[in-house]
Amino acid sequence: MITSAIIPRPLARLPWRLIFMVTGIAMFGLVVLYSAAGGSMEPWAIKQALVFLFFLCVAIGMSWMSEATIKSIAFPLYGITLVMLVGVEGLGFVSKGAQRWLELGPIKLQPSEFMKPAMVLTLARFYELVPAGEIRKPRAVWPALLLLGIPAVLILIQPDLGTCIMVLLCGVTVMFLAGLPLWIFLAPIAAGAAAAPIVYHMMHGYQRKRIDVFINPESDPLGAGYHIAQSKIAIGSGGFWGKGFLHGSQSHLDYLPEGHTDFVFATMAEEWGLVGGVLLILAFAMVIRWGMRVSSNARTRFGQLAAAGLSATIFFYVAINLMMVMGLAPVVGVPLPLVSFGGSAVMTVMLCLGLLMALERQQRTVSSLA
Amino acid sequence: MKPIRITTAHQSITFSRRMLLLGGAQAAVGGLLIGRLGWLAIAQNEKYQLLSESNRVQLIPVPPRRGWIIDRYGKPIAINKASFRVDLIPQQMDKGRDIIPEVASLLQLEPDDVDRIRRELAASRGFQPVSVADNVPYEQYASITVRLPELPGIAASQGFTRFYPGGSTVGQLVGYVGPASVEEYEKENKNPLLLIPGVKIGKEGLEKTMEQTLRGEPGGQRVEVTARGKIVKELDPKPDRSGGTVQLTIDSDLHQYAARRIGDQSGSVVVMDVETGDILAMPSMPSFDPNNFSDGISQAEWKMLSEDDHLPLVDKVMESLYPSGSTIKPSMALAFLKQGIDPKRRVTCTGSYPYGNHVFHCDKAHGSLDMHDAIKHSCDIFFYDTGLRANPELTSDMVNYMGYGEKFDLPAIPSQRYGTMPSPKWLMQKYHQPWHGYDTINMSIGQGYVLINPMQLAVMASRIASGKLIQPRLLKAAARHPVPDLSVDPQDLAFVRDAMTAVVNDGGTAAASKLPIPGVLMAGKTGTAQVHRLGDNERGGHENSNWKLRDHALFIGFAPADKPRYAIGCLIEHGGFGASAAAPIVKDTMTYLFDKQMALTALAQYEQTIGGPPDVRLAQKTAAWRQANGLPPLPPTKQA
Repeated sequence: MITSAIIPRPLARLPWRLIFMVTGIAMFGLVVLYSAAGGSMEPWAIKQALVFLFFLCVAIGMSWMSEATIKSIAFPLYGITLVMLVGVEGLGFVSKGAQRWLELGPIKLQPSEFMKPAMVLTLARFYELVPAGEIRKPRAVWPALLLLGIPAVLILIQPDLGTCIMVLLCGVTVMFLAGLPLWIFLAPIAAGAAAAPIVYHMMHGYQRKRIDVFINPESDPLGAGYHIAQSKIAIGSGGFWGKGFLHGSQSHLDYLPEGHTDFVFATMAEEWGLVGGVLLILAFAMVIRWGMRVSSNARTRFGQLAAAGLSATIFFYVAINLMMVMGLAPVVGVPLPLVSFGGSAVMTVMLCLGLLMALERQQRTVSSLA
Repeated sequence: MKPIRITTAHQSITFSRRMLLLGGAQAAVGGLLIGRLGWLAIAQNEKYQLLSESNRVQLIPVPPRRGWIIDRYGKPIAINKASFRVDLIPQQMDKGRDIIPEVASLLQLEPDDVDRIRRELAASRGFQPVSVADNVPYEQYASITVRLPELPGIAASQGFTRFYPGGSTVGQLVGYVGPASVEEYEKENKNPLLLIPGVKIGKEGLEKTMEQTLRGEPGGQRVEVTARGKIVKELDPKPDRSGGTVQLTIDSDLHQYAARRIGDQSGSVVVMDVETGDILAMPSMPSFDPNNFSDGISQAEWKMLSEDDHLPLVDKVMESLYPSGSTIKPSMALAFLKQGIDPKRRVTCTGSYPYGNHVFHCDKAHGSLDMHDAIKHSCDIFFYDTGLRANPELTSDMVNYMGYGEKFDLPAIPSQRYGTMPSPKWLMQKYHQPWHGYDTINMSIGQGYVLINPMQLAVMASRIASGKLIQPRLLKAAARHPVPDLSVDPQDLAFVRDAMTAVVNDGGTAAASKLPIPGVLMAGKTGTAQVHRLGDNERGGHENSNWKLRDHALFIGFAPADKPRYAIGCLIEHGGFGASAAAPIVKDTMTYLFDKQMALTALAQYEQTIGGPPDVRLAQKTAAWRQANGLPPLPPTKQA
């Protein structure tokens, strides 16, 4: 069926503006990775390019999924991912001090990545099933809290604080848009503020240190505060126009740690300056706005909630990463999607975009039929 | 809860409202991020650019070349000698292999050095070299260079070490240099210059007091370096600035001559220009070899030097005090003449002089003599008797005016001790005791409370010789002040000069030390200072078999007697008679000023009797000491 669909007309009906925007961001990311490797496609840019191309095809392929299909896979996808998360605890091996990977023969899977879109789809599906009259009743809340809480705890104990926060924020966004009473959101914030000291005590040493360092980066300029300090130096020294392509001393001389992964934005801003940074942020903003529009235009409740949740996933990736590298949030290990080297984030974001494109195509199909 | 029926329409409105809220929140976060980016990149740009540059560019410091110390004619006293050095560059080292033992055996390093290298290596940043050895002999340097490919991280290069051509003869004058200690580093507010391998600072003497002039400013190779300390590229070097030259008033040939002439005795000679006060020589012997000190001397060598009863570590020109003995007499005579005592007044010396319930002695019965003969023959009893007739306060003032007990403004020598010229007032102030006649008696022959340093001997001789209030000068660049005349009757000065001429040339106490140069007469005065209060049966302590109890020998002199140009003060510790131990040294040194060849011949003859020049003797002494203490002989390179 797909083969018969690949003809100029369906091709022309792809959301080209989005594809150009996303490809543009990814290309810029490749340029930054090329520079971060000291002016070489090896070892990062070439790999990243292949991963991106692959997942772009996957995303475009996904855009032909019908909303009904998406709906039907929401719960199974969630279930499988949850099982894999449990599997990580038993079968996973330690990587970077965290049990994040599930090894299935030659394939390494990071189930927590799948959990972000899976969570959005599941909650969207759940709230679609909740009748409008029931939305303010407890039975509209506690199943969602369970659906959200169990994987969040599993991810937290891996430990992967960054992904855990991401999953929680995505889930909460869907619940918020579903129309749950506001106190449900405000009360935990108040409780959280009160419980913060207790949580702080229960944290892992390295997580706690990150928070200490975030509050006072100068307390440990050579140790845990080094990342933030060097990242701020890289961004700040870039100035308006930046130091120029391949001329970022912070990244090229290895002062900036993780300059090709989590701190890739600092590598970029050092060489491309405020101009590059603002352009990148605006590009992301347009992608997210496109996603939010899909949500606004959706005719079904599932479409609305899923599209908003998936856009929010991309938003949280970008926002948390940028706040982290600019010293506005603790270092929690969230990559900058499409720019940071690493397949997982590309995969997640492209899955989200694939689903969004599918929902968007649905809208147009419906409208054209109407 | 109020049962509100919520319809799909309600839900749709809520959704739209909340979408708006969410979109607004997202836009706000976006705005915050752009604002933050602008703050970092524009408002704080300057600060972060500085930090980025200080990350990127590092300086591999090159120690500045230390300034020279030269003599009045420009001859080098302390210079820098090209030498070989071996450093270790941590980032180039092979992590899997420990090359330090191999290098240590090639360079014959002591275990102490190996410990130091390991300590510094642990503390260093990757590109900063750690000093392995300085002043490496060529053979060892060569053995390292041929193995360089097998010794990753080792860098063999040429550097500079301090070199003192005068060796031990200038030890006390210039001091020595060495790496800064922790205290010195703290004292200079942690000046990073002091941490550069190979940088040495003055530890004693002129090297220490003139440190700020001599030091210079370090330059270095600016390099771009990675966070792990790997050098990526070399940038423009920062030039260093050599230290300034310090020119002394010293005549280094004369200084060395006098030092060698002191021979194996313990003492000092100070030669001054009587017109300007320029110090031409001021050796203190025996001394240490500053060349060895600047390489860092061993514990054993330090022990040998500090145990030596000839005190090689003490500057005997300015840091030691001695009774002046009879060298005080010319000034005494000036004091008497000023107080109106007739120079023709005669005193009969019978060899003993009872005063109160004590009998004071002279070294022989001189019979009846006047002031001229009393100086010539150094009769003590004349001075006892005349001193008692004079006002001790005024007498003391005159001697003090001539230089005894005076502190000199010599910025190069901060550690001078200037002794005492006692007087009734001083005694009351210091010890709350009244002045007695025996205090006058002791003072009149330079014993008792009288304590002087050899610099004062030379200054006194210069003042008598020139009739001017000469001040000693050591730094050629120091300001010259017009020298006022002494407020002493020129006739009195002429009388004293005449008597001092007779001491050497007219059958006086130093008759044996007449200058061998026709037409040039030396005037002088001997002194023999008691170290130890003698019992009656011990008279003639200068011949005591216990060296430490022997008298000090002193001599002051100037020449030519009729038109003085140079003055000399000399003190030989426990040398016995001033006439036999100190006067001949002054004679030869003075001869050198007028006829070098003749003086050098005399020196060669003298050195044959004592076993060669000072450096040869010091090396022999070190070898003998090491053998006696069961230590292996020094490697051949350290002996020179």
